[in-house]
Amino acid sequence: MTGTLLFNALRDAIDEEMARDPHVCVIGEDVGQYGGSYKVTKDLYEKYGELRVLDTPIAENSFTGMAVGAAMTGLRPIVEGMNMGFLLLAFNQISNNMGMLRYTSGGNYTIPTVVRGPGGVGRQLGAEHSQRLEAYFHAVPGIKIVACSTPTNAKGLMKAAIRDENPVLFFEHVLLYNLSEELPKGDYVCSLDQADLVKEGKDLTILTYSRMRHHCLKALPQLQEKGIDAELIDLISLKPFDLETICKSIKKTNRVIIVEECMKTGGIGAELIALINENCFDDLDSRPIRLSSQDIPTPYNGKLENLTIIQPHQIVDTAEKIVRKGL
Amino acid sequence: MTNDQEGSQLLQQEGHAERLTSLRGGESANLDREIGLKLFRDMTLGRRFEDKCAEMYYRGKMFGFVHLYNGQEAVSSGVIGAMKLKHDWFCSTYRDHVHALSAGVPARQVMSELFGKETGCSKGRGGSMHLFSKEHHLLGGYAFIGEGIPIALGAAFSSRYKKEVFSDENSDSVTAAFFGDGTCNNGQFFECLNMAQLWKLPIIFVVENNKWAIGMAHNRATSDPEIWRKANAFGMKGEEVDGMDVLAVRGAAQRALERARSGDGPTLIECLTYRFRGHSLADPDELRSEEEKDFWAQKDPIENLARILAEKGFSNKNELKSIEKEIDLEVNDAVEFALSSKDPDPNELTKYIWAD
Ligand SMILES: Cc1ncc(C[n+]2csc(CCOP(=O)(O)OP(=O)(O)O)c2C)c(N)n1
Ligand SMILES: [Mg+2]
Repeated sequence: MTGTLLFNALRDAIDEEMARDPHVCVIGEDVGQYGGSYKVTKDLYEKYGELRVLDTPIAENSFTGMAVGAAMTGLRPIVEGMNMGFLLLAFNQISNNMGMLRYTSGGNYTIPTVVRGPGGVGRQLGAEHSQRLEAYFHAVPGIKIVACSTPTNAKGLMKAAIRDENPVLFFEHVLLYNLSEELPKGDYVCSLDQADLVKEGKDLTILTYSRMRHHCLKALPQLQEKGIDAELIDLISLKPFDLETICKSIKKTNRVIIVEECMKTGGIGAELIALINENCFDDLDSRPIRLSSQDIPTPYNGKLENLTIIQPHQIVDTAEKIVRKGL
Repeated sequence: MTNDQEGSQLLQQEGHAERLTSLRGGESANLDREIGLKLFRDMTLGRRFEDKCAEMYYRGKMFGFVHLYNGQEAVSSGVIGAMKLKHDWFCSTYRDHVHALSAGVPARQVMSELFGKETGCSKGRGGSMHLFSKEHHLLGGYAFIGEGIPIALGAAFSSRYKKEVFSDENSDSVTAAFFGDGTCNNGQFFECLNMAQLWKLPIIFVVENNKWAIGMAHNRATSDPEIWRKANAFGMKGEEVDGMDVLAVRGAAQRALERARSGDGPTLIECLTYRFRGHSLADPDELRSEEEKDFWAQKDPIENLARILAEKGFSNKNELKSIEKEIDLEVNDAVEFALSSKDPDPNELTKYIWAD
C-alpha cells in the first residue's frame, strides 16, 4: 500500500464533503483552475464547477466577508488563504464577522465556515510568508482554531471542520504538505476539540502542535536514551484547548514543556501556561517552560532562520534539565 | 452680495445640492393611492421612531452611539418598499433602525433592542448598530465602515449559487446593501463592485450620499464626488437619483431589481440625500452651515410625498394626520413594550457564542 500525502488527504476530505453536501463550496485565490497554491483543491474545479470552486480576485477582506454572507444565507464555504498570512487583510472579517456575529445577532445567524491555508515558517520564505497567525487570532471570541499535523488527522479534522456549525480557522503547515502516511479506510472524522496523545510517558509532559510535533518526535529517542520517558501531546485544538487531556497528563508527570513555533510574546504557550497555572498549579514539581520562536520577523538567511525557531536538540536539553535538575 | 446669494454660491461650490437640479436619473415610479399610502406610512414610521429614539436617549433610556436617519427616509422606503419582504435580503450599517423597520422588523423588537432587552431583535446583545433579524432577512447592522458590503455580496452569491447549483428557479432573491458616501472611499466598496459585476450577482449597491462622513465633507474626501460614475469603471450600471424623492428612488430601485432578477447583475444607485440631525446623538454638529440645513429641510421627503398625494387626489391632510396618529400609537406601544421587557438573563451571558 502506498501512503497519502498530506495535501492529498486534505483534498480528499474536501472532495468527500463537497460530494456529500452541495452547500459546501470553496472560495479563494487560484483555488479553481490552478488547483490551489499547494494543490489542496486540485481537480475540484473540473468536478464541481466554477461556482462551487470559486476563483476570486485578490481581495482578501472582501471575499472573506462574502463567505460570511454566504454562510449566513445557507452555504458552507471553505475559504483558502493562499498563504495564511494574507488573511491579515481579512482580520476584520474573521474577528468582527465570523467570530462575533452569532453572538451580537443574538443567535439569529450561524456562520459555518472554514478558513484554511498554509502557515508557519517554511524554508527561507522571508518574514511575511513565515507567519503564525494562530496567536494573533487567539483572542477572537467565537472561532475554533485547529492545527493539523499528519495526513491522517488532516483529513479527519478537515471533514469535522466542514461539518461544524461554527467558524473554524484551520492551520496547515507549508513544510508538512508532503508528509505521507497510510490513511484509515472509509469515512472517518476526527474530533475538533480533542488533543492527540502521541506517546505516553511518565517523566514529563511535552505539549506541542503542527510541525513542532515532528521536532518533538525527533527528540523522543534521544530522551529515551538518556532514560527520560516523556509524554507527548499534540494539542490539535488551539481554541478551545483540551484541558482535560492536558491536566490529566500533568497530574501524572508533574512537569511540562510547551514547544511551539509561534513567537513567545502573546503566544499559544503564554495562554497555555496561564491555564496550567490556574488549573494544575498544585500538580507541578517545577515551573512550566516555553520553547518558542524568537520574537523577531523571520530572517531570510537559512542559518538565522534555524536559530529563530526551536530545534530538536533544544527540546532534549530542556527536558533533561527539567527532569534532572528540576530547573 | 445678499445672504441668499452667498448661501447659494456656497451650495454651488460644494456641488451636493446643485447636483439635484441636473440629475440624469431615469423615470420616477408610478404612484397610486395604495403605494402612496404605504410609502407615506413607512417613511412616517421611520421619522417618528427616530424622533422617539432621540427623546429616549436624552431621557437616559438608551445608551452608546445612536445614529438617526431623519431626512433619509425616502431611500429606505423607496428601495426596500420596492423589494419582496422575507425573500430579498437587506444589509445595513450603524444607521440601521429605519432599514430594519422598512424590512418589516416590528417596532417593538427594534425599540427593545435599543433598550438592551431580551425581546430585542438581537436579544439585547447587539444594540443600535447591530440590529439583526433572520426572519426578516435583515443581514444586520454593521458598525465598521464598509464591512457590510462583502456580507451583502455573499447573500447575493448564495442566491445565484442556489439557482444554478440546486437548479432552484425560485432562488431569485436580490440583496440591497446600504451605505454612505464616506464608505465609497473604502477598498471593500471597489472590491465588491468588481466581484458583483464580474459574476453578475443580484445585488443593489445603495449609496446614501448625505454629503457628510461625520465631519468630513464629501468633496474633501473623494476625487470624483459623483459616486454613481464609479460604477462605470466596472462596466456596471450606475444611476443618480434625488434621494429626497421617494418615487424617484423607487423608480431606480425597480429598474435595478429588474436587472438583478433577470440575471443582468448589479446596479449602483447614488441617492443624494441629507441627514437632518447630527452624525449621532453625541455629535455637536458644528460644521454644517445653517443655510445648508435649511436648504435640505425644504426638501423633506415626507412633506414632499404628502404634497403629491394631495395634489393627485390620492389622499388628504386629514387622512395623513390620522395615519400619523396611528404611527405615534405604534411607536409609543414599542416604548411601553421595551420598558416592560426583561433584561437578558445574567445566566445567559455566554449564550450564542457557539452554535451546536
Ligand atoms: C472602519 C471604520 N473606521 C471609522 C469608523 C468611524 N466612523 C463611523 S461613521 C463614519 C462616517 C461614515 O460616513 P458615511 O459613509 O458617509 O455614512 P453616514 O454616517 O453619513 O451615514 C466614520 C468615519 C468606523 N465606524 N469604521
Ligand atoms: Mg455620509
